[in-house]
Amino acid sequence: MSPAELHYLDNNATTRVAPEVVEAMLPFHTELYGNPSSIHRFGGQVHRHLERARESVARMLGAHPSEIVFTAGGSEGDNLAIRGALEAMDGRRRHLVTSRVEHPAVQVVFQHLAKQGYRVTEIGVDRDGALDMPQLEAALTPETALVSLMWANNETGVLFPVERVAALCKAKDIVFHTDAVQAAGKLPIDLSRAPIDLLTISGHKLHAPKGVGALYVRRGTRLTPQILGGHQEQGRRAGTENSASIVGLGVACELALAHMDEENVRVRRLRDRLEAGLLASCKGALVNGKVRLPNTLNVSFEFIEGESILIMLDDLGVAASSGSACASGSLEPSHVLRAMGVPFTAAHGSVRFSLSRYNTDADVDQVLAHMPGIVERLRAISPFVEELSPACQERSYSNS
Amino acid sequence: MWDYNDVVMDHFRNPRNVGVLEDPDGVGLVGSMACGDALKLMFKLDAAGRIQAVKFQTFGCASAIASSSALTEIIKGKTLEEAERVTNRDIAEYLGGLPEQKMHCSVMGRDALLVAIENYRKKQRGEEVDSEIKEASDITCVCFGVTRQEIVRAIQENNLTTVEQVTNYTKAGGGCGGCRDSIQFLLDDLHKAREKAAEARQKPTKPRRLTTIQKVQLIQETIEREIRPQLQKDGGDIELVDLDGRTVFVSMRGTCSQCKVADFTLKAVVQAKLREFVEPELIVVQAPLAEEEQA
Repeated sequence: MSPAELHYLDNNATTRVAPEVVEAMLPFHTELYGNPSSIHRFGGQVHRHLERARESVARMLGAHPSEIVFTAGGSEGDNLAIRGALEAMDGRRRHLVTSRVEHPAVQVVFQHLAKQGYRVTEIGVDRDGALDMPQLEAALTPETALVSLMWANNETGVLFPVERVAALCKAKDIVFHTDAVQAAGKLPIDLSRAPIDLLTISGHKLHAPKGVGALYVRRGTRLTPQILGGHQEQGRRAGTENSASIVGLGVACELALAHMDEENVRVRRLRDRLEAGLLASCKGALVNGKVRLPNTLNVSFEFIEGESILIMLDDLGVAASSGSACASGSLEPSHVLRAMGVPFTAAHGSVRFSLSRYNTDADVDQVLAHMPGIVERLRAISPFVEELSPACQERSYSNS
Repeated sequence: MWDYNDVVMDHFRNPRNVGVLEDPDGVGLVGSMACGDALKLMFKLDAAGRIQAVKFQTFGCASAIASSSALTEIIKGKTLEEAERVTNRDIAEYLGGLPEQKMHCSVMGRDALLVAIENYRKKQRGEEVDSEIKEASDITCVCFGVTRQEIVRAIQENNLTTVEQVTNYTKAGGGCGGCRDSIQFLLDDLHKAREKAAEARQKPTKPRRLTTIQKVQLIQETIEREIRPQLQKDGGDIELVDLDGRTVFVSMRGTCSQCKVADFTLKAVVQAKLREFVEPELIVVQAPLAEEEQA
């Protein structure tokens, strides 16, 4: 499919690499192939470009360049932050806190740690996806070693008050990590004001290429490297730097800063128009998540199934995703929607539209023109829900 | 993206025989909203007893809709005896194949057909027709409401050998995973049964009659081997309190004692296992709490 026919509304999955980013990266795939660690000037000049990229990332986050560790992406950043920080501790505190709606790159790490003897508390969310703050405050004890909460949810865009939580953790001498993969570049972040110890970002969610990211490590935060065998990144992450992608990430962060206002005004307006249009034109549509990123709309169409919706949208050139079980290849719908208590009747029919600065009114128009027809067609095929056996319906709610 | 072939996509985009039949001779509904797919199948017979008209409604993904559509095309014009012999493989083959993880969609089609035929026959016999609701005690996979019988059928018809295959074909075991051990037992049992089939045919066994002491022993053994490990995985436990004729009194411990689905577990796990391994007539109930435990 050529880009002209494509209405790409899946930017929380990955984003288009910005043309300026591609441009900046090219020389590092051709003539500037030197190893930044080399003594000779040919390699040394690459090192200077990496340091410039480090400054750009730091500027977007309100951090100092020495606090930025380049990684191979969000999952590595999350793993390095959580496991690296715990390994650097004396091991006396054995309690960890996270939420029920984290990305698997955090959630699975905690499951792994639980098997190793850590006690893990998962904080719940309400129907709007908001964090249960009283539960969180009660969970923080002198035993607690580390708290990890995402800044913005990848499925719903819902924001957590991570700056507030960071302050609570600071007061109790608890290390605080946030997965800011979805928030970075979309919301202003100023780490000189928020006492966050560790923060993960990923390149390909903000128009840099895949396979690059960064971990912010506040000065004074102890971290044991998880990849050994080299002095790179101040000994915190071994391996010859992915210079082209790191340079690309730097440019992407500069662009993100420059477009921050646009993201929060023009993109938000597009998203709001899509949201209002769908709610008005499709019966049984409901929005999942309240206080959200400006680019994300997670909407459920009751009594129809997400994968079917996505395939019909795909036929129209619209790229989106779903929290439905079938679409994901697992058999259960999204853990995020289930944690929010979204009934199964709606969770299976959820569709996520996520926008970027490259979207236009034409993309929104295409969805609005066709979605009511798709919903109607699939509902016509769907057996009446009243006729489903009461036992099954009851189970569907009590399971959630 | 799933790798659906053109036939599947055609049946998804242009499903045949969608809709509702007025006064159908047989109706079958399987699946649920919770499970993520559901299929309602309706048919009418002609004077010669052949399926003259058939319609379906499906909630589900592309392969579920395509499987339903294919099923209706396959069974049209068949007698019920012929239709009964249609397997999930026939549906998948009609569609030119389905991704392995989507085979459960073809199984759902076949299950709906059997339920619809049963529904017709019950009506013919003048019995009450509520066969759409599965017996809780038969359910092996709680997450997706898959019965033991459905799993056995899928294993036998498709020669399945691993738990993962069973999940792909029936969804059983794809949720919390709590029934994976039970599925493995089923696979083992069926394997053993096949091996012993010839032997068994030669010397028919007579049903054994157990003394009360033998029965208690067997119940204890079954709890130990089949039931306790399952419950303990969820932090629960169980104890045999008493046996009175066919009624087994047990006490649920640990997390089971506060579990909302404890009654369900009691019937679906405890009673089902005891019936399987001890005596098919057993009834399992919660023993009344002793006074000190109520405090």
